[in-house]
Amino acid sequence: MKMPGQDAIAAKGWFKAHRFLIARRVSQAGVLALFLLGPLAGLWIVKGNLNSSLTLGVLPLTDPYVLLQSFAARHWPETAAIVGAIVVAVFYALAGGRVYCSWVCPVNLVTDAAAWLRQRLGLRGVSRLPRATRQGLLIMTFAVSAVAGVVAWEVINPVSMFHRGLIFGVGLAWVVILAVFLLDAFVSPRSWCGNLCPVGAFYGWLGYKSLVRVRADQRAQCNDCGDCYDVCPEPQVIRPALKGAADGVGPVILDAACTNCGRCIDVCSKDVFGFGTRFGNTAPLADGDDSTAPRRRCAAGAPNFHASINPER
Amino acid sequence: MAEPGDIRTLFASRRRFLTDAARVTGAAVLAGFGLALYARRAHPLPADAIRPPGALPEEKFVGACIRCGLCVRDCPYGTLDLTRLGDGPATGTPYFNARRVPCEMCEDIPCVKACPTGALDHQLTDIAKARMGIAVLVDQENCLNFLGLRCDVCYRVCPLIDKAITLETQHNLRSGKHTMFLPTVWASACTGCGKCEKSCVLEEAAIKVLPAPLARGKPGAHYRLGWEEKEKAGGELVPGMIDLPGRMPEAKP
Repeated sequence: MKMPGQDAIAAKGWFKAHRFLIARRVSQAGVLALFLLGPLAGLWIVKGNLNSSLTLGVLPLTDPYVLLQSFAARHWPETAAIVGAIVVAVFYALAGGRVYCSWVCPVNLVTDAAAWLRQRLGLRGVSRLPRATRQGLLIMTFAVSAVAGVVAWEVINPVSMFHRGLIFGVGLAWVVILAVFLLDAFVSPRSWCGNLCPVGAFYGWLGYKSLVRVRADQRAQCNDCGDCYDVCPEPQVIRPALKGAADGVGPVILDAACTNCGRCIDVCSKDVFGFGTRFGNTAPLADGDDSTAPRRRCAAGAPNFHASINPER
Repeated sequence: MAEPGDIRTLFASRRRFLTDAARVTGAAVLAGFGLALYARRAHPLPADAIRPPGALPEEKFVGACIRCGLCVRDCPYGTLDLTRLGDGPATGTPYFNARRVPCEMCEDIPCVKACPTGALDHQLTDIAKARMGIAVLVDQENCLNFLGLRCDVCYRVCPLIDKAITLETQHNLRSGKHTMFLPTVWASACTGCGKCEKSCVLEEAAIKVLPAPLARGKPGAHYRLGWEEKEKAGGELVPGMIDLPGRMPEAKP
């Protein structure tokens, strides 16, 4: 089976066709290295883990999702945790909520590996849960936190279990990580991050109006090779931006499910995509589009019907 | 305006939306039940896992601790660790095993200061007021002092010697002429640091720190101790009570 991105490698060279993938791996490894420098080398730049950490003894960073569950369990935290959560929330609200998923989260390495293997073996997708399942699970974690008085998702969260496991000792957490890998590789494609993980769902909402977005400014150049859809962990986000010219939609990928991973930028041989801001989201006149009449077809209702579950679909 | 085709799409789309919403709700509720059951089951702490100083009561602690491990990092003695999956219940929460490494009772309590959420209560500023657990002399049959010897190690190492552990004397009936010095823990002073358990010379410690709910009894709320009430009242509670003569066995005529 032909792997996506071959055209881009031919057109732009290997490095340019992989630069955001490399940058992401560097970022993921770098975050992990910062946490590991302490326990492995005695160099304490960052203490703690992704749930809450202290950098250089001054900067607290706290996962706002975990802290909100603690609120739901009716605990009022100390100032350090609240300040840390605000810092994290502001960062992701600007940079893109799911930047956490693709640039920081260690489970991304696992699910990307599963997706790669899947593509290599040419496995077709089987049963899919609705993408909104993660939204249901997100609400569920708050409900269970409130009812049981426990930071509910932390009881089984593979993300923090994996991260904590790498830093503090893994225990049986590898079973959970293996389960995520097997689920994504052999049961349901891109299922963990795409359909289930409430952490990603939470960060999606956090970056609902984020500043940094991927844009398909050069969409007129698109040659319909489909490589961007093949590599995208959330392929449904691309279509409105890439193919919405006739409807006056785009060219910014506004869907909060987009993880800003930039892989579409890498694999596009025509350089259709690029990072930019969310502003100026009207079709450029070069498309021959009437940008003064946006979203004409929305009157029919159907295209936006799922907006309540899939934000800005 | 919308054409008939659009309306069909609309209905198909609404139908899909509703079935999707039902599937999502079903899945979430199902997962929620499972998670709630599992999370509730994960409440009790194993007897050999002691929480760090200042930890809120267990049922509050699991709602307050975000499992970041900052307390573990700031413990200068490597006492604390985070539970791993399969270790015990609440995965990722801090604990220590007193027999392995006890709490050294730092005066500045760095683990509590490190806690960003207050799961370790920042109100605790005097380590002697910590109540991590309570030492219990669980095996009197093997404790050397109870056998009439003078081991005394648990008593000697106690950071609150003569307050948390005292040696209570008792006649040694076996030898008939010696005194036994019985290590006795006073819950009013014991912090549960576990130095006694750590230093017990037996192969398996005869004195162990247990979480307070396991270690302590609790009288009924209606229970009153007569002598305390008497002191509070400053005299007889029932005036003019008749004091019956004692009937000792040897007082037989």
